[in-house]
Amino acid sequence: MESTENLITVKDLTKTYSTGNVEVHALRAVSFIINKGDFVAIMGASGSGKSTFMNILGCLDSPSSGEYYMEGKDVLRRDKDELAELRNSKLGFVFQSFNLLPRTSAQENVELPLLYNNKVSSKTRSERALAALTSVGLASRANAMPNELSGGQQQRVAIARALVNEPLIIMADEPTGNLDSRTIYELMEIFQKLNDKGITVVMVTHEPDIAQFARTNILFKDGKIIANNPVVDRKVASEELIAIALLPELAATT
Amino acid sequence: MRILNLFKVAYRSLMRNKLRSFLTMLGIIIGVASVIAMLAIGEGSNENIKASVASLGTNSIYIYPGSNAMGGVSQGAGSHQTLRIEDVDAIATNCDLVNHVSPVDQKRIQAVYGSQNWNTLIVGVRNDYMLIRSLSIAQGSNFTTVDDRAAAKVCVVGVTVVLNLFGDENANPIGEFIRVNSIPMKIIGVLSKLGQNTFGQDQDDIIIAPFSTVQKRMMSSSMFVNSILASCADESQSVDAVDEITGLLREKHKIAASDDNDFTVRTSSEVSNIFGAISKVMTILLASIASISLLVGGIGIMNIMLVSVTERTREIGIRMAIGAKGRDVLIQFMIESIVISFVGGLIGVVLGIAVSEMVAKFGNWPVVITLSSVMLSFIFSAAVGLFFGWYPARKAAALNPIEALRYE
Repeated sequence: MESTENLITVKDLTKTYSTGNVEVHALRAVSFIINKGDFVAIMGASGSGKSTFMNILGCLDSPSSGEYYMEGKDVLRRDKDELAELRNSKLGFVFQSFNLLPRTSAQENVELPLLYNNKVSSKTRSERALAALTSVGLASRANAMPNELSGGQQQRVAIARALVNEPLIIMADEPTGNLDSRTIYELMEIFQKLNDKGITVVMVTHEPDIAQFARTNILFKDGKIIANNPVVDRKVASEELIAIALLPELAATT
Repeated sequence: MRILNLFKVAYRSLMRNKLRSFLTMLGIIIGVASVIAMLAIGEGSNENIKASVASLGTNSIYIYPGSNAMGGVSQGAGSHQTLRIEDVDAIATNCDLVNHVSPVDQKRIQAVYGSQNWNTLIVGVRNDYMLIRSLSIAQGSNFTTVDDRAAAKVCVVGVTVVLNLFGDENANPIGEFIRVNSIPMKIIGVLSKLGQNTFGQDQDDIIIAPFSTVQKRMMSSSMFVNSILASCADESQSVDAVDEITGLLREKHKIAASDDNDFTVRTSSEVSNIFGAISKVMTILLASIASISLLVGGIGIMNIMLVSVTERTREIGIRMAIGAKGRDVLIQFMIESIVISFVGGLIGVVLGIAVSEMVAKFGNWPVVITLSSVMLSFIFSAAVGLFFGWYPARKAAALNPIEALRYE
């Protein structure tokens, strides 16, 4: 699945917040290229700028200066509505805190992005939502409310929601934040499968062993990328799951 | 397509908070219902007043002494006596358009029969009065012009007087003598029952006697007439009849062309218009009080929507992150508030009609529900939703997705 086609190119991205008299440099001239089909894990300590970088990549935030091209097109020239369309059609978000709508069934949550897409009829909407839920193994819980689902299941609903509009890129911001290791492996299995199908995945994490599931690791420090390495000895989630199954008691206590 | 989806989104979030949506709606429901009920009650009393004034005869003409001219210093109607019995005779003989005319003298008196006594109104009239007022005799007979000329001590009484003097509404008082201000008068007839008029006045609490009897035996002055009641053959002629009477009386009273009338001539439709105007003012008053509650209901919508925008900041952030434009969020919130006010308006219309019918049924008050009042309050409620939904919706749409997502 390796491909050298540039999907995202950023040049000299800087982001400066001014809080009162103090200027905080969240990003200092970051340049980076994400290839199509890559699985990038962004690592770094808190405040290193990785979340800011992620938000800019996700078109949720805009940089103070720099350039950002997606599929060769300039992203920063677009207005708010065009960015919203871009997020809707090209990007899928998975958040640490799941961010599902409360008191809304799993299926309705997954349908949400399609409601903002003019091209989808209501029939295909529910079909696609169910298909997305099936792909994360939650078809049987389509009518469950978020509070009836476990953390891992909620995150899988969130992934289904990110998938439903058939995005180019899935942006996951610490998707495994407060989950147990078995659930983490299950989620990583899903991400790896999606990635194998050609969807680019960008994931923020601060756990090195989770970053081992990605293809590329980049490390942020003080607003700069200080390391950019392909993953050697990449872990495969499905194998890890089998390993866990052999040692059930040991793995369950993480 | 997109707007349909937004309807779906708005519907889902309203259904997620059923109780809150309903309570917000309640403000509009009560507002619309009270506007409709108030207008129905106002309109009903308006119709009722018109009907009871019409029952006095739509072609009646009232002539009062004095002038109520607005310019200069007015003496006020009836403040000085100017009408005489000769005026009545002149109208009867000279005015072609007038078919009936009667002088009217009235006075509150104490009527006595045996050990019973009753304070009532005695009206001295000629027998044309019965025709103008469309009064009819239930038992006995009316007095005649001969009785009038002779100032005969005879009278016709209403059933309330019969009830209070004879102890029973159905008693036969014909031929009995009652004493009115110490004058014995023979009852020769009983009026058909009329009941109350719009103003709650008992129209059966009356004694009618020949004009000369009342004028000569009971009034302090026998020169003047309290007022004159006339009628014309047809309502369409009443304006001309008024001109005719005015011309005649000006001539008889020798009023110079530059001077104001020393009498007032009014048709019953003018009187009905005056009462109609009063009732209209009342209706407007009631409706404005009711619309205040509608306005308060609207502010309730704004309040809830503002709270809801704050409470759902995170939700708005999620929606924006997955592709909702500012416009989508704006429209979603607008739809929510419009749906609340629209559905509230519909329920309010039904409730308002129900309340009006209840008032009619149990309160014995006439109500008239007009289409225009229903439309007015409904459109007003929808406008309230639109107006008060705008600000919170704008606020929601202007949120920055990043900040909205971080909001706790």
